[in-house]
Amino acid sequence: MMLDDFMLRATLAGIGVALAAAPLGCFVVWRRMAYFGDATAHAAILGVALSLALSVSVFAGALAVALIMALAVNALTGRGFAMDTLLGVLAHSALAFGLVAVSFLEGIRIDLMAYLFGDILAVSRLDLAVIWSGALAVVALIAWRWSALLTATLNTDLAFANGIDPRREQLVLTLALAITVAVAIKVVGVLLIAALLIIPAAAARPLARTPEAMAVIAALIGAGAAVLGLRAAYLFDTPAGPSIVCVAALAFLTTSLLGVGARRA
Amino acid sequence: MSLVSAERLSLAYGGQTVLSQVDLTLDPGEIVTIVGPNGSGKTSLLRALIGAVAPSAGQVRRRPGLKIGYVPQRLHIDPTLPMTVARFLRLAGRVSRAQVHRALETAGVPGLSERQMSGLSGGQFQRVLLARALIETPDLLILDEATQGLDQPGSAAFYRQIEAVRAETGTAVLMVSHELHVVMSASDRVVCLNGHVCCEGTPAVVASAPEYRALFGPGTGGALALYRHDHDHHHHPDHPHDHGHEHGHGHGHDHAQDGQHRQNRNEAAE
Repeated sequence: MMLDDFMLRATLAGIGVALAAAPLGCFVVWRRMAYFGDATAHAAILGVALSLALSVSVFAGALAVALIMALAVNALTGRGFAMDTLLGVLAHSALAFGLVAVSFLEGIRIDLMAYLFGDILAVSRLDLAVIWSGALAVVALIAWRWSALLTATLNTDLAFANGIDPRREQLVLTLALAITVAVAIKVVGVLLIAALLIIPAAAARPLARTPEAMAVIAALIGAGAAVLGLRAAYLFDTPAGPSIVCVAALAFLTTSLLGVGARRA
Repeated sequence: MSLVSAERLSLAYGGQTVLSQVDLTLDPGEIVTIVGPNGSGKTSLLRALIGAVAPSAGQVRRRPGLKIGYVPQRLHIDPTLPMTVARFLRLAGRVSRAQVHRALETAGVPGLSERQMSGLSGGQFQRVLLARALIETPDLLILDEATQGLDQPGSAAFYRQIEAVRAETGTAVLMVSHELHVVMSASDRVVCLNGHVCCEGTPAVVASAPEYRALFGPGTGGALALYRHDHDHHHHPDHPHDHGHEHGHGHGHDHAQDGQHRQNRNEAAE
């Protein structure tokens, strides 16, 4: 059976995460929510700890806490604290509580490292199913709301005048972000999820003339980084998750230089 | 049936009353201008009418299925968001290439469709916003200081375009502006707002109303007169330099001086 090969499973997992992260990452970049991805990812560590304590699936725990975190940020914004302050408070508190909670559990310290940095080579067939269902759900959700999301991103009053409620669209993004974090946590880990959201989108920017093109190019760059990063990790015996991010970062460097060149020409 | 109406509308942000007991009705095809000093709640009123803020008292009624074309005061497109003009216009919904062309033509900027939004000049950008508002043939066009950043001839041309659009499509227009003399000449009705409706009526009626003069000073009457090419206007008493009286305005009026007047008045009103 083909999926018996751990490298193949890892590659498919990486591509799945990249596909979901690309369009979502574009919105994160356009809306200047980069830190939001970080915060949700940090909160997911608390979810991992709780799910290990309660012996429920890590995916479910991470998803639940990421969702609660995202909803809390949504509800609290515009009530006297700036978004970045609020995210800072919630993200670091959630991470700290998560680490403290983990310390009460016996014998899972090594596992925690895996959730911080991910362990894409240990992806099982079940994980693969979870990742791809989550990724497809996120892509479908964003495709369905695409125009409304774009309008709300451009200007909230413009959205209202068109009968779009920007708060609902923000909620859609938040939900998609929580799902992505939950499915990606095992693959690239908490610390690298934000990188996979932002770097491919940023790398796609100089090559794109429309928002749709940017999302598609970001998906290609993300998937390419997953494939090449894993190959490099295998050849040079480097850690898999960081290798993927390194390839994405090189792609960003390349397209940025191309962009500068194109502007000069 | 009226397109949109506010009934005894009050708005408050954090305990601060912005609007109180505002009544406003818009009928199909009419051009209504809201004037008022800074902080008088003009933008808040527009936002309440489009449903972006909930009234703290009173209510807003929109005709069911009302299509609104909205031109915001300012639209910042993040440089990380690539967007061609054509794509921006298609955001409004399912529109054909021909509709994009027609809307750009109507707004006075044909041939821009493949340009990046970030590469447009201020005037082009405002006109593309207008094209986007027009593309779905709205029943009501709402413009919030739509000519910000345009020079005087530019904004005069912009408002002539609005009149032409109304004549062609029969859309109602509700706009907010500082450019009293330009805007008021094009309006059927003017509403003077300062937290509440001070006065309303035809431009001539409002310009001579004592409430309006109290807000904008007597010079505004002159500004309206200026538009009618009547140069015998009364200068604001504390105007810094004494100009104009001696040389009698030989050829046409001076827009720069006129802008100066307006600025002084706004400062006085704040």
